Amino acid sequence: MGRKLLLEHINVPGINTFDVYRSKGGYASVEKALKTMSPEAIVEEVKKSGLRGRGGAGFPTGMKWSFLAKPEGVARYLVCNGDESEPGTFKDRYLMTYIPHLLIEGMIVSSFALGANTSYIYLRGEMMPQVRILEKAIAEAKAKGFLGKNILGTGYDLELYVQPGGGAYICGEETALLESLEGKRGNPRIKPPFPAIAGLYGCPTVVNNVESIAAVVPIINEGGDEYAKIGIGRSTGTKLISAGGNLKKPGVYEIELGVPVEEFIYSDEYCGGIANGKRLKAVVAGGSSVPILPANLILKTINNEARLMSYESLSDGGFVSGTMLGSGGFIAYDEDACIVRNTWNFARFYHHESCGQCSPCREGTGWMEKVLHRLEYGHGKMSDMDLLVDVSKKIEGNTICPLGDAAAWPVASAIRHFRDEFEWHVTNASEATSRNYGLAHYADPLKVAETA
Amino acid sequence: MKVTIDGITVDVEPGTSILNAARQIGGDIVPPAMCYYSKLQGSGGKCRTCLVKVTKGSEKDPRPMPKLVASCRTGVMDGMEVQNITSPEVIEARKGVVEMLLINHPLDCPVCDQAGECHLQDLGFEHGAAKTRYEFDRRTFEKIDIGDKIQLHMTRCILCYRCVFTADQITNTRLHGILNRGDHSEISTYISKAVDNDFSGNMIDVCPVGALTDKTFRFKNRVWFTKPVEAHRDCDKCCGKVTLWYKGEDVIRVTGRKDVYGEVEEFICNTCRFDKKKTADWVIEGPRKVSHHSVISANHYEFTPLPVVKTNPVLMEANKEQFERETRL
Repeated sequence: MGRKLLLEHINVPGINTFDVYRSKGGYASVEKALKTMSPEAIVEEVKKSGLRGRGGAGFPTGMKWSFLAKPEGVARYLVCNGDESEPGTFKDRYLMTYIPHLLIEGMIVSSFALGANTSYIYLRGEMMPQVRILEKAIAEAKAKGFLGKNILGTGYDLELYVQPGGGAYICGEETALLESLEGKRGNPRIKPPFPAIAGLYGCPTVVNNVESIAAVVPIINEGGDEYAKIGIGRSTGTKLISAGGNLKKPGVYEIELGVPVEEFIYSDEYCGGIANGKRLKAVVAGGSSVPILPANLILKTINNEARLMSYESLSDGGFVSGTMLGSGGFIAYDEDACIVRNTWNFARFYHHESCGQCSPCREGTGWMEKVLHRLEYGHGKMSDMDLLVDVSKKIEGNTICPLGDAAAWPVASAIRHFRDEFEWHVTNASEATSRNYGLAHYADPLKVAETA
Repeated sequence: MKVTIDGITVDVEPGTSILNAARQIGGDIVPPAMCYYSKLQGSGGKCRTCLVKVTKGSEKDPRPMPKLVASCRTGVMDGMEVQNITSPEVIEARKGVVEMLLINHPLDCPVCDQAGECHLQDLGFEHGAAKTRYEFDRRTFEKIDIGDKIQLHMTRCILCYRCVFTADQITNTRLHGILNRGDHSEISTYISKAVDNDFSGNMIDVCPVGALTDKTFRFKNRVWFTKPVEAHRDCDKCCGKVTLWYKGEDVIRVTGRKDVYGEVEEFICNTCRFDKKKTADWVIEGPRKVSHHSVISANHYEFTPLPVVKTNPVLMEANKEQFERETRL
């Protein structure tokens, strides 16, 4: 049984209320941080912990914090990115719904570390219940003196606000989020300047994922070194994984990074295997934006080592045979899943969510969606696969924000690994509309390269 | 600050963008720009046609930049080395961007008033493929009327946001903006409103394509049949320095004076643009020099013979007839 740091008390009744949360040792990190530690010491502690951003990119949080510009007389902001909209990812919503005080505790400590006196939690527009939950929790914390003026008599002031957005995927991109928070159209800004220099209202700003901020709490409670002992290599600590798809027990799991993927899928402690006794065909390991992998490549790396749930192991093999941990949206597909349809569905999502600011993404996502739609409904051509790869290459890396990459990777990887299924959709067009391609060879053991 | 673009080094002020540094050098190495407009603050970065490769970040930090960067929004560093037309990667990416810009752009150049002075036309000619790989219906929009002076053709729009910046920065109220998102984004006024104030006509000048055209000039003539003439008048609202576009004796259009990059030298007011269309209203300065590459200068016989022909006696003899014809003009 792995250690749980964030969801340790998740099953305690009433953990969403202040009193129960406090009785379970909640807000201890606030007391420790504000009373005994300096802001620099907290940043140092987070650096030592090796915590990597949990929103998808995996950038070290402590490093991000240390980049924050600190000019005299200019306000600094901490913004919590709760615009979780990646298909397959639902960990932040879970965390905010059931244990909102953990996020608020993390926000207080992080704001103190960054010297922010006003902090925002930006939520996606669809998360209205969570807005109310968080606002209630903030009111509770304020009544107990953990928010507002002169917190715990330490002289530190913090106002925390919850701001719902309009419900756009693009507002999860940090600069688009800031634009949206300022009340403008949620278009990503052109970087540089980065938010650490000029973010919200032109002031230095740090934008962190909900889970990253929540993870600051155990780091402060136990110390960065202790936290860094959990996990494997540079992937330290625990990570929330939103397991979905054709699994026996889908849901949010807190894992110690480094759990083998095979164990995560098949052990009863986690997902319990594939539902209905089917076989695994493919896995999207970190939310819809990361490359999809066939069953044999997700369980074993190309060198025939067991693949682990960690930043490094999942990306082993680069784009050729690897994927990414991303935001932890783990989607499993059984043998009945149609990869072409799934890819089309993802492309449809990115087409719908592109902000329309820069041309490769605006036009390219729509183009890919139309071609995939044609393939799925049996009107495709053999040349379409090459066309899709070419279009995805033209988008990738040429856009203002990572949405272009996120739209290109799933398409490119699906064609890379499931090309025969795509071709089958062309050659057996009428059959493809009535039945699925099935598992084929996607779970066959990998051929081990012979060494001389 | 020294910056090297395609092997040509130039000294520029700190804070200059790569694009502007390239413009100081001039010639073929200037990246094309569809959305950047030097007179509009905050413009640029959106169309991605000006992507370049930075092979050396600066003298201090010589690492190359990992991705292609938008030259219009990337400042130069001392000792920076940039590849534009010498990098196959940039050429390929630009080709991709041009293709993307064209997949939903109606190819109605034969009936478009912008034809001949359209940047997308030039760009498509220089970088585009002869055929499209896009086999679907091009997107269309509900037509909206934005007043009696400006014609909006949303289907032609490439969403460069220049007109939005213009309305923000030149006029006192912005009545239009971008609605919706993705490839359904459109320039609109939301609640049908005429875009009408003293400087709204500049939206026409900044538009790189035929999405915003002059209703008073609509279908009157092709630009390459008209004669651009520089003129000015005393105007209490603007500088009054314009280009008059003559057809025979008539002024059929008034615009700002556009430079070689299609940017106006100074913005002009609507009175000058729409209401003063008599020669008597203006003080004529002389013909407007239009770049030799533009179709507008076609049939405006004015060129100098190649210097090599002028100086080499063998060539002079060989091309005697042509040489005489050219020097006579």
